[in-house]
Amino acid sequence: MHVFADPTNLDAYLSGFLWILKLTGASAVIALVLGVLLAAFRVSPVPVLRGFGAAWVNIFRNTPLTLIIFFCYFGLFSTLGLTLSDDLNLNNFWLGVVGLSVYTAAFVCESVRSGINTVPAGQAEAARAIGLTFFQTLRIVVLPQAGRAVVAPLGSVLIALCKNATIVGTIGLIEASSVMKQLINDNGDAVIPIFLVFAGTFAAILVPTGYFFGWLANRLAVKR
Amino acid sequence: MRMKHVAAVAAAATLALGMSACGGDGDGGSGNGGGKGIVGKAQSQKKLVIGVKADQPGLGLQTGSTYEGFDIEIAKIVAKGLGVDANNIEWKTTVSANREPFIQQGTVDLVVATYTINDERKQKVNFAGPYFVAGQDLLVKADSTITGPEGLDGKKVCSVQGSTPAKRIQTDHPKAKLQQFDAYSKCITALEGGQVDAVTTDDIILAGYAAQSQYAGKFKVVGKTFSTEPYGIGLKKDDKDGCEKVNEILKAAASDGTYKAAWDATLGKSGKAAPELDTTKLTNCGSV
Amino acid sequence: MSTGVLYDHPGPRARIRNAVLSVAFGLGLVALLWWIYTKFDQAGQWEAALWKPFTQSATWTQFILPGLRQTLLAAATGMVLSLAFGIIFAVGRLSEHWWIRVPAGVVVEFFRAVPLLLMIFFIFYGVPFLIQGPVTAFTAVVAGLTLYNGSVLAEAFRAGIRSIPGGQSEAAYAVGMRKSQVMRLILVPQAARAMLPVIVSQLVVLLKDTALGYIVAFPELLARGVNDLSANYGNVVAAAIVVAVIYILINSLLTALANWLDRRTRQRAFRIPKQTAPDSTPAGGMAVSEPQG
Repeated sequence: MHVFADPTNLDAYLSGFLWILKLTGASAVIALVLGVLLAAFRVSPVPVLRGFGAAWVNIFRNTPLTLIIFFCYFGLFSTLGLTLSDDLNLNNFWLGVVGLSVYTAAFVCESVRSGINTVPAGQAEAARAIGLTFFQTLRIVVLPQAGRAVVAPLGSVLIALCKNATIVGTIGLIEASSVMKQLINDNGDAVIPIFLVFAGTFAAILVPTGYFFGWLANRLAVKR
Repeated sequence: MRMKHVAAVAAAATLALGMSACGGDGDGGSGNGGGKGIVGKAQSQKKLVIGVKADQPGLGLQTGSTYEGFDIEIAKIVAKGLGVDANNIEWKTTVSANREPFIQQGTVDLVVATYTINDERKQKVNFAGPYFVAGQDLLVKADSTITGPEGLDGKKVCSVQGSTPAKRIQTDHPKAKLQQFDAYSKCITALEGGQVDAVTTDDIILAGYAAQSQYAGKFKVVGKTFSTEPYGIGLKKDDKDGCEKVNEILKAAASDGTYKAAWDATLGKSGKAAPELDTTKLTNCGSV
Repeated sequence: MSTGVLYDHPGPRARIRNAVLSVAFGLGLVALLWWIYTKFDQAGQWEAALWKPFTQSATWTQFILPGLRQTLLAAATGMVLSLAFGIIFAVGRLSEHWWIRVPAGVVVEFFRAVPLLLMIFFIFYGVPFLIQGPVTAFTAVVAGLTLYNGSVLAEAFRAGIRSIPGGQSEAAYAVGMRKSQVMRLILVPQAARAMLPVIVSQLVVLLKDTALGYIVAFPELLARGVNDLSANYGNVVAAAIVVAVIYILINSLLTALANWLDRRTRQRAFRIPKQTAPDSTPAGGMAVSEPQG
């Protein structure tokens, strides 16, 4: 444990996980909004919107995240000139958030869409019968019920998002996995304790999160 | 019906496992024969596996089916001195992170891959050479005003994650903003696009990129080195005989002109004169 | 619920409204794509010199295809091993003996929580200390993929086994089967069928995850096709676009296979109606698929 007794290493460890939490938090909000919107697109009566939603899911879900993050730097930032911050680290952070969000939104969209599938057809039929429009049907009747069914899958998506945040290290943000790599390179004699600390921290964050979502899903489950 | 399914799954599984077994080739089994080190292996098998870089123009670059560069030429000289024909060399791509494991595991017999000799690495492997002394430098755009590491304050400088050059920037020039990627080609692309102001690593590697035809006239190497990086040839830690033999070969190459020819055919193409191989500085191969 | 029931069959006004929306959104999209195209053009990304390498056979035979071969090899091996890992640990977690159930649970929960990037890196650099021997990049990638995806699949199988009506195992016990026989002959095959779509989509995730092998310099598609290739031609963006297209094609094929299998199992639903009823599978299934990068 001598590695973490050194205050510089301890700082690096803390700031690494702080980046992970910030990336997760910002991307989770954006991906949730974007994902629900995409799911609405995919079930909408407008063919172009349906096609757009489907294309989004097929493209982003089937590309490795490493490549998506790469395109955020070399596509969005380098080529399209989209500067999200003047600070080098913050710019990379926000580029990472964009990449994580568009990728995760595809999974949120698919979860929500299968959630919509669990709502009995009679619910939507009844909504239409009383004259609700498509958006009213979706917003007032279908999504609230679907929302309960997708708590568990969205929990899994959130957990995966947190782990995926490590990939933003590829465009130079010194998050937890980059810190671990650096510490292991510098302390060849303490590889195992270093790994256990980092893996243990992830487990300490994510295992309870998983149980929380499981508990929430059970509590909110629609009894039919 | 169900049995058929199980059989099909089992067949698919066997197929996949079979494929993977085939894929295992070259991952092992090419270590030195009978503990005689590379000298023995070269004599008995007449072939060698040499680890080189695949992504460093001018030094070790994979171009189609072959590799080319200064490191490659040095490796050929060493192989020839050991009695192995250039056609019998099996090239293996290495990156900075796996050079020691490749040597220790016997995946390769030798490593000639911009491999800086230092004490930490000497704990794990043996070094012959150095056959070249590089130094950390900066690559900037042709019209840049940066003239040395002092000029980096507030500037964006790019290097490879966890590399020694990146660390040196962090400790010695904390006011520079460090951008890190997993490969130099990405740093060069970022430099070309203007996202970073400089790329830093060994001068010779930077010169290799600057000399590539697609970057002609775009970049310049600042030419003010701020470290010393003696490039060695890595072998197994206990292969003292092999190491001494390689040093002898290097000595011979320095005197008979093959060393100069190797330079002129690769990095020397840009007009830079061949360096002098200082044979007095060769390693003692781990003897105390 | 089929999504068709969410809106009425469009009448004349709705059709016009939908057409207007389609055209407006479509135009906006085309404008955006055009803007991206011109920006890339200004940056010189469409220059012939950057794309010419892809017309040469050496680019494919020396960089992309060998990389693709390693990617597929690692993925295929990882798939077989993680399926085995998944079945073993799913059964382990359902064991009646706490000394099997608890360790199996700890293993599964731990490997699901650790990012794959960390795992692969540790196996390559840390495990050699433990086993006093070398670990190849291929082994590190496959082991990492197996531990992570195997754990996710274990949860899928467990959910699948639990979704099977109790009558199935009761009947099996009644005809005199032992516990292992019930598991092997009755529960696992049905669970595998019920969870097939989830399993295949997890295998798509596994295939994409081979790209994380870059961290231990495993020469897969991304490393060979983007890093090594662009060192020659300085065309890192063009190379990344080509490689992305290859990934999308392969994964779309796998996803299409998943959908086909899904339809096929649903068509057979009349034979074992209860566990393939639309209400039970998606809930259990969705809960376990995890989009690791």
